[in-house]
Amino acid sequence: MKNNHYDIVIIGGGAGGMSAAIGASKGHAKKVLLLERGKELGGILLQCIHNGFGLHHFKEELSGPGYAEKLYDDLKQTNTIIKLESVVTHITKDKHITFTNPEGLQVVSADHIILTSGSRERTRHQIDLPGQRLTGIMTAGQAQLYLNIEGYMVGKKVFILGSGDIGLIMARRMTLEGATVLGVAELMPYSNGLNRNIVQCLEDYDIPLYLSHTITNVLGTERLEKIELKQVDENLEPIDGTEKYFEVDTLLLSVGLMPETNLIKKLGIQINPRTRSAFVDNKFETNIKGVYVCGNALHIHDLVDYVSEEGELAGEFASKNITNLPLMSSINIVAGQHVNYTVPSKLSLYEGDDLKQFNIKFRIRKPIEKAIVYFKQGDHLVRKLNKTFLIPSEMESINIPYKLLKVDSTEPLTVSVEEVKQ
Amino acid sequence: MIESREMICILCPRGCRIKVTKAEDGTIKVENNYCPRGITYGETEVTNPVRMITSTVFITSSTHKLLPVVTNSPIPKGLIFDIMAEINKVHVKAPINRGDVVIKNVLNTGSDIVASKSIQN
Repeated sequence: MKNNHYDIVIIGGGAGGMSAAIGASKGHAKKVLLLERGKELGGILLQCIHNGFGLHHFKEELSGPGYAEKLYDDLKQTNTIIKLESVVTHITKDKHITFTNPEGLQVVSADHIILTSGSRERTRHQIDLPGQRLTGIMTAGQAQLYLNIEGYMVGKKVFILGSGDIGLIMARRMTLEGATVLGVAELMPYSNGLNRNIVQCLEDYDIPLYLSHTITNVLGTERLEKIELKQVDENLEPIDGTEKYFEVDTLLLSVGLMPETNLIKKLGIQINPRTRSAFVDNKFETNIKGVYVCGNALHIHDLVDYVSEEGELAGEFASKNITNLPLMSSINIVAGQHVNYTVPSKLSLYEGDDLKQFNIKFRIRKPIEKAIVYFKQGDHLVRKLNKTFLIPSEMESINIPYKLLKVDSTEPLTVSVEEVKQ
Repeated sequence: MIESREMICILCPRGCRIKVTKAEDGTIKVENNYCPRGITYGETEVTNPVRMITSTVFITSSTHKLLPVVTNSPIPKGLIFDIMAEINKVHVKAPINRGDVVIKNVLNTGSDIVASKSIQN
């Protein structure tokens, strides 16, 4: 075998990529390469210094860097070849990977490629934030990098647009470091962050949360000086006459994350319009044989523990060559009533694939207090579950035994949620 | 008087909506918790609320500028800003291992500030 050929090449050395390499060590793969663009493995975990990671995966509560370190400790037990400061620029369908690093431009080939390139924050351009281009307006994650990695405070009087978890975490973090956070505005009538973060990041510090509000103007000369906040109606349109003004020098945006799909799209991988990332089956395989996508590059997770779980599975499937077994059945999964998306988008059942159950993750479109979740293939009820307090910001993860499926049916599996009125 | 509060347990991302009832004789009852940690949380939240603190301290002799730190046990909520002031006084030197004590028994709380990451150089 050529020197620059690998069984598996993993692109992205965050939680997903490290876990994929650990998963790969459980199979037959002998040569696994992990490419990471940063100077250190861990990805976004490295700047998430707050606590709360790892309760599922490591059964202990860790900071982001602590979680990354424990994964790295596990990774060191494997034979994975790690290349840092390596930026992948191109992948071909026959699985040649071009990357640059301090050694120069390199091309390697692989039997399997696992893409775990994480996600990107939405910026002001993606939400059409009105007003001038002033200093002091940035994403919450950018402020987090400056503060937690570089040691710079980006401002003293702060407002936050969007109630995503990073925004809530940064509201607390900047307060602890001496800034005044005047408020958090959320366009929707409900918060987009985890409930626990509303309590421990906002309520603990008396930071007001303005639901059904948005920022309609940013004012200043060079640096941000003032923002205009308006309430929105049921169509999310700002209501004139509800203006409030806040004198702030910093506006942080926490308006959502999007899977990083540059390489995925360049490669021509089929996209699921709901997740805006790859259409994958329950083996995390895309429509290109031997190319897998998992972690935040696939869909946005609220817990890193689930990213690790997906990464380990994808690594193990690739390493065991599962998808080269004879295909028995293929069933599409459809997001039905009140369901925003599902992952995977398809079930592929292989002969000799000895898994007992499959996992479906989904998010709903609106908060529902009391719900029944249905998994159906046509008229055949596969599984039915009662759930309470479903909210869009919390991902549901459900395991279903294979034996409940009608495997010879061509009917798609529909996941739908029925609201039970109290 | 019987006092009853609904609150969200913040100990894990599950965020259970628990109900804490304080009876006249001072006994506290916690309901709707998924795991036993919810009982402890509900009880302390109505008597002496505590929180974990995470922050950073400057590190020298390293390619990193900052070392992330965490309290190794929860501290009284009312002391958060005083403890932050203590954390911000500290500089450490690499190498340092995760779990190494940066401040022992901070403000006599019985809690240590420890490194939440190892930095070798």
